[in-house]
Amino acid sequence: MGGLNFNEVNWEEMMDAMLATLQMLAISGVFTIILGLPLGIVLYLWGRSQEPVIRFIYSVLSFLVNILRSVPFIILMVALIPFSKSIVGTSIGVLGTIPALVIGAAPFFARLVETALREVDRGVIEAAQGMGASTSQIVLRVLLPEARPGLLAGVTITLVTLVSYTAMSGMVGGGGLGDLAIRYGYYRYEMEVMLIAVALMIILVQLLQMIGDRLVRHFTRK
Amino acid sequence: MIELRGLTKRYGKGNKTATALSDLNLSIQKGEIFGVIGHSGAGKSTLIRCINLLERPTEGEVWVDGVELTKLGKGRLQEKRRKIGMIFQHFNLLSSATVYDNIAFPLRLAGTPDSAVEEKVKDLLALVGLEGHRNKYPAQLSGGQKQRVGVARALANDPDVLLCDEATSALDPQTTDSILRLLLDINRQFNLTIVLITHEMHVIQRICDRVAVIHGGGIVEQGAVTEVFLKPKHEITQGFIRGEAQNDGQLQAAMRTVPGESSQAVKITFLGEKTYGSTLSRVARETGVNFAILQGTISTIKDVPFGQLIVRFEGSAEAITSTVLELKAQGLDVEVLS
Repeated sequence: MGGLNFNEVNWEEMMDAMLATLQMLAISGVFTIILGLPLGIVLYLWGRSQEPVIRFIYSVLSFLVNILRSVPFIILMVALIPFSKSIVGTSIGVLGTIPALVIGAAPFFARLVETALREVDRGVIEAAQGMGASTSQIVLRVLLPEARPGLLAGVTITLVTLVSYTAMSGMVGGGGLGDLAIRYGYYRYEMEVMLIAVALMIILVQLLQMIGDRLVRHFTRK
Repeated sequence: MIELRGLTKRYGKGNKTATALSDLNLSIQKGEIFGVIGHSGAGKSTLIRCINLLERPTEGEVWVDGVELTKLGKGRLQEKRRKIGMIFQHFNLLSSATVYDNIAFPLRLAGTPDSAVEEKVKDLLALVGLEGHRNKYPAQLSGGQKQRVGVARALANDPDVLLCDEATSALDPQTTDSILRLLLDINRQFNLTIVLITHEMHVIQRICDRVAVIHGGGIVEQGAVTEVFLKPKHEITQGFIRGEAQNDGQLQAAMRTVPGESSQAVKITFLGEKTYGSTLSRVARETGVNFAILQGTISTIKDVPFGQLIVRFEGSAEAITSTVLELKAQGLDVEVLS
């Protein structure tokens, strides 16, 4: 490597990139949850329905979710450039990457929600039905509280995945640490900047995982 | 109070159907504790779950308190279900909610204001003896305590009917006893109709007024517990009551033994006050027969004392005959065994 010199690193730029990454993470995280949570609940409910029509809709929806999950994110991002432009007016920078991040992560999160809900004891749901609970009461008062640890674990995994997605978005003009690492490290061989950017992302992921694990433990009552 | 008419439940489609219940009829009176006993797979679980339509019967009608549940729409059914409490073998409590919140759950579903919830839950906690546990989570409770929470939760909306789905099957004998006592208390205190299903005869014996024996998706025998318990007609019922003993070889040999004189084995059934009387020894002394007790039970069915003895009389044939007649005249039930 021939000796690293961290004196040349532009810390201000590094801070800006870090903030950009956090911004992307926060905004896309919120929208991923807003879209993915209801989608996951719907997948769960429809997946258990006995009605042939609803079962058919479920299999179509499930198929679409699987397609979105199997397209590599980098390709999804490129494919969504026109879509991003039409929604947020640009396809680059922090704002430009948000639509792609959300569309990439929401189906993934929805599946995690569906799985977490399936873990809820069938008997508890039946007990609530026996007490005259409506479907919406079962979702809000039984499924979501009972699945809370699983849902929090799902949020954690999704946020961690989003960190790596934000980094990848640097390849096609997104901002943040990934962009910095690629511009300096990959194109200009400035190893130091890349190392610091990667280190910051590692710290970010560790923090997210730690907070997530704590919350899961805090809400686990079994 | 509860009427099941022509209840049939089939699972599956086409030629792969399994029939859980076939054309079952049952009528349960207000204020009684009605037991349904059967082996696993007999259809008893399906039966009790049909009463609040957790299972929808394929055919037949379910009537509770004069309303045909099978005809109700979703909203009306949900409303009606609030008046049908249910407790479960595995308790089915919300693991993420405290004891207090679990009991408050059905009240909040019904939109009860907070102050009324607080008051009601307090009463229920006292009723089931869990005042000191209101802020604990189910995982911190013993099985018996969890079932008490289940009972309190089931009673929250002042139901007309309480359904017990194998409610004591996961509990040890002592805890079972305390839960059964609680159910009996509640039944008497609120004149609450209780339907319970079980595979354990002693649960029926302990608290039920009437019992139905279910086998192969249909009811093979039903009646007052004293009647069914002491005079089981169907072989399934007999199996539940005898369990181990009656067919054992030692007893059979002892019944046949003829030591010198003639002898006769009989089964004597005592019911009510006569159970604790000295009828048997008085009559034997008068007729001059001797007797050996080969097998016997003296216990109670709910509050009614009963005894059932297998006795071998020894003496002249005439003396034995007059003993049997005299015992019958004294109001005991005597069955001559071959």
